[in-house]
Amino acid sequence: MIKKIFLVTLLFSLFLTGFAKAELSIDITGARSEPMAVGLPEFSVSGQMAKEDAQETAQKIVQVIESDLTSSGLFKILDSLAYLQSFKGIEDAPAFVDWQAISAEALIQGHVDYLSKKQIRISVRLWDVYAAQELYSATMEVDEKGWRRAAHMIADAVYKRITGEDGYFDTRIVYIAETGPALNRIKRLAIMDQDGENHQFLTDGLNLVLTPRFSPNMQQITYMSYYKDTPRVYLFDIESGRQQVVGDFPGMTFAPRFSPDGHKLIMSMADNGKTDIFEMNLDTRVIRQLTRSSAIDTSPSYSPDGKQIVFNSDRSGAQQLYVMDANGKNVKRISFGNGRYATPVWSPRGDYIAFTKMAGGRFYIGVMFPDGRGERLIAEGYLVEAPTWSPNGRILMYFRQDPPNRDGIPGATKIYAVDITGYNERRLITPVDASDPAWSPLLSNR
Amino acid sequence: MKKRLFAVLAAVALISGCASTTPAEEEDEASAAAQQAAEQSEAFVQNAKDRVFFGFDKSNLSADAVRVLKVQAEYLKANPTKKIVIEGHTDDRGTREYNLALGERRAVAVKNYLISRGVDADRIRVISYGKERPAVVGANEAAWSQNRRAVTLVKD
Repeated sequence: MIKKIFLVTLLFSLFLTGFAKAELSIDITGARSEPMAVGLPEFSVSGQMAKEDAQETAQKIVQVIESDLTSSGLFKILDSLAYLQSFKGIEDAPAFVDWQAISAEALIQGHVDYLSKKQIRISVRLWDVYAAQELYSATMEVDEKGWRRAAHMIADAVYKRITGEDGYFDTRIVYIAETGPALNRIKRLAIMDQDGENHQFLTDGLNLVLTPRFSPNMQQITYMSYYKDTPRVYLFDIESGRQQVVGDFPGMTFAPRFSPDGHKLIMSMADNGKTDIFEMNLDTRVIRQLTRSSAIDTSPSYSPDGKQIVFNSDRSGAQQLYVMDANGKNVKRISFGNGRYATPVWSPRGDYIAFTKMAGGRFYIGVMFPDGRGERLIAEGYLVEAPTWSPNGRILMYFRQDPPNRDGIPGATKIYAVDITGYNERRLITPVDASDPAWSPLLSNR
Repeated sequence: MKKRLFAVLAAVALISGCASTTPAEEEDEASAAAQQAAEQSEAFVQNAKDRVFFGFDKSNLSADAVRVLKVQAEYLKANPTKKIVIEGHTDDRGTREYNLALGERRAVAVKNYLISRGVDADRIRVISYGKERPAVVGANEAAWSQNRRAVTLVKD
């Protein structure tokens, strides 16, 4: 079935060095700043592998680190042709003046040691070029096949040391891959690394599937399937590929999400023209109804402490956002702007709720505080929908569908990411059209 | 695929009707019934009587919709063995999950009307496709209004 993504055995040790006064850092909460200039020279190599092969591995690792850091918009990797120093080993001291000469602010030095044909030890050091000081160093031993994850973890460590926030490079995306004609789209579950690598289709497209979301421990995906023309919420076990319907509901179930502890699912059930929110305890299979109205109550999402749920409802006449306690009590409307509000998702940090907004014939992705204040729109289009948070709560992914052209050819549907500052919007490369993205937790934090 | 529109049923019925030159009495009777059903269901499709349309974000039945559903109810009462599936659909001007619920609401509105006209509830199944199965492609009101619909499919 699915390739095991955890085959990496890690020894991850880090030694934080002393804090300098004028710390080399990036504030990612505020206004846009120039990307930090980083020197990232070739990693030196040693050990039980032909030098060319070892260098190839080292180059691949450097490329992934470069791609991760560059994609964040916070770093720019300086052109390696300009580098005046090359390193022979990890103990080789940086010639800081050489790096200052090309205006590098930070320097990443690395080494790959082949302990055997299959086992590598990667060492990295992060330097503050102007302070001539080590900011961070780490050594990890991994199966050679785990080089890519190791590179993501190094990029995460650099990101964390510089920004003070957890990274998000060692993560995956589950989404819906779309092919076929506009009137009868074929939709498949698919999974990939956050940078589009290790792409894999999980279902065959025989059944329409929608809105996948990860469990907090990454072992399962909950989603909706039209298997046997009976639209219901399902669980997909990533390890075994097994699919299983959730509960025995009389009506259509949809819009599922896991609770932060992974023990519960919340979802909607539509029956007899009414849609309410239900919770299912996955351990006991006990079902509890949380809302009771003649309205459409859907798209529920837990707060990160699991104590509250945000959802959208048309009980006031049009879709607006509401927050309630996890037991369904104390329902409070939080959105009051012009337009309709939908698909609220609570940030993993708890500080924002992301949403889709529809106004004046356009769609927007935005964020607001959980009390409804501070609304900010950060993406806009004919159809943008379904924000999902990076695990550090700093980036949103969503999908964008272009309008069909005059000949009736459907517009492209693609996944984008954007910083919650509204800057650095970029498209994810997928093999086919893509919608309904869901971001995983940080794998190495689990 | 799984969808058997009135149109398909009509085509099948017409084929069996054409093949009905055999002398067997039963077959004649059967083909006559099929012919009749075919004519009626063909009338549905030709007059766009297999579907009703809705306003933006609405699920109430318009006067036009009621006229269509009256014909459907008569057909169903005249053919008491037929079962139907009502598909609820939306345009793409809403979010996926909300539209699934809205499509269900539309299908149920049709179901409830047919029940009120004497069609047995046990013969009716509803399914919502939300915005997943548009009838036409387009980014304009003409297309959207065609997609905000509930379609009645006859099952054998």
